[in-house]
Amino acid sequence: MPGVRFIIRSVLSIALIAVAGCTAPPATGINDPFEGTNRRFHNFNKEIDRAVLRPLSRGFDNVAEGPASRGISNFSSNLGLPGAVANDLLQLKIDDAFVNTARFVMNTTFGVAGLFDVATPNGLNEKPTDFGETLHVWGFPEGPFVELPFLSASTVRDTTGMVVDFVFDPVNSVVPTPQRYVGTLANVVNSVGNRSRYSDLVDQLLYESEDSYAQTRLVYLQSRRKNLQGGLVDADLEDPYAE
Amino acid sequence: MPSNSSLSRRGFTIGAMLLAPAVTLAFPVFALTNREASDLIGQLVNDLNRIINSGKAETAMFRDFENLFNKYADVPIIARSSLGAPWRSATAAQKSSYTAAFRGYMARKYGRRFNEFKGGNIVVNSSRPVKSGFLVSSTVHISTSAPFAVDWQVSDKSGSNKMFNLYIEGISLLATERTEISAMLDKRGGDLDVLIRDLKSL
Repeated sequence: MPGVRFIIRSVLSIALIAVAGCTAPPATGINDPFEGTNRRFHNFNKEIDRAVLRPLSRGFDNVAEGPASRGISNFSSNLGLPGAVANDLLQLKIDDAFVNTARFVMNTTFGVAGLFDVATPNGLNEKPTDFGETLHVWGFPEGPFVELPFLSASTVRDTTGMVVDFVFDPVNSVVPTPQRYVGTLANVVNSVGNRSRYSDLVDQLLYESEDSYAQTRLVYLQSRRKNLQGGLVDADLEDPYAE
Repeated sequence: MPSNSSLSRRGFTIGAMLLAPAVTLAFPVFALTNREASDLIGQLVNDLNRIINSGKAETAMFRDFENLFNKYADVPIIARSSLGAPWRSATAAQKSSYTAAFRGYMARKYGRRFNEFKGGNIVVNSSRPVKSGFLVSSTVHISTSAPFAVDWQVSDKSGSNKMFNLYIEGISLLATERTEISAMLDKRGGDLDVLIRDLKSL
């Protein structure tokens, strides 16, 4: 299809110009103009966790490290790879695009539709990325912090990225509708699995801290910034002696 | 949960105020070397690996953690920084009892957290000079998750070589404790004495 090729070529040229032209300055501090709304959604999410996710993940505990759960987790992350490759290309990270493509091919074939992760033992470690990162690479600022109902902590840039990833997921344009829901279901089950795998961490954050909203915000922003910048930024390091 | 947003926003303004002067300061001259910073964290990590794999009961381990923090960490500066602006208006007696209470609180809280690395191993990778001293990076290897990064900040500004902050996967201990302590203080109507009393039992 020449139309598709034209679109890909235009998008890649835009990406090239964007990547060459600008890099967003590293975000610092806390930008939270919607704190009131965010806190209400945070309380809502916490209620959902207390009533549904947490009990569900407790039941998941015995299977969390079992083969079934690992299979679902592998299947779910394998389905995310075509989208990751698209983002690697948009960020001009050609090496990562190759690794993620090779992972997808290996795990989809030898790994039985992605149920087994045969790529990692062969040295092909996953290079996770998303359109939020693409926007960062293109120079878009982080924007205000937001906490969304059901989806938890994010920023305006990352939320935009999430919507774009969801709408333009290459898997959706190839897989027909009824079968596509298998992927969605796997993602949902996987998120319960993650709640179970990281239960101590999430419990500490939500139920053992004095202000779970403020801690969630800090944890999200600091870990996301570290991932996007590939490490700690010198200018952001603490200097309590300089007070 | 406190919903008083103006108070907690003030907490972050305080955080920003603490961090802002750092940007304008030039590089000071350090007697501490890259090698010494990395060796200090190497020893700290050896002791830490020994404690978490000792199989001792939790209370005994908390004592070991407190000794470890006393030996390697600049607890007074960590305590001062965790309290933020209220430190400046505190009396000398409050300052010293807050520091003592915070010392125990930190040993128990981070002792519990490090205890989750049980059966694992922490390896020091590298060290580099930064504006505030040195940043030593290490990796935690545990069977229950993928390896992850712990970075340590080291300085000799207390008079001896000490660790004064750490980042677990980019999340700063000082920033976490400033957030936590400021929320605790808000919840207690800004009463520092009540906070000190409660910290002792946390």
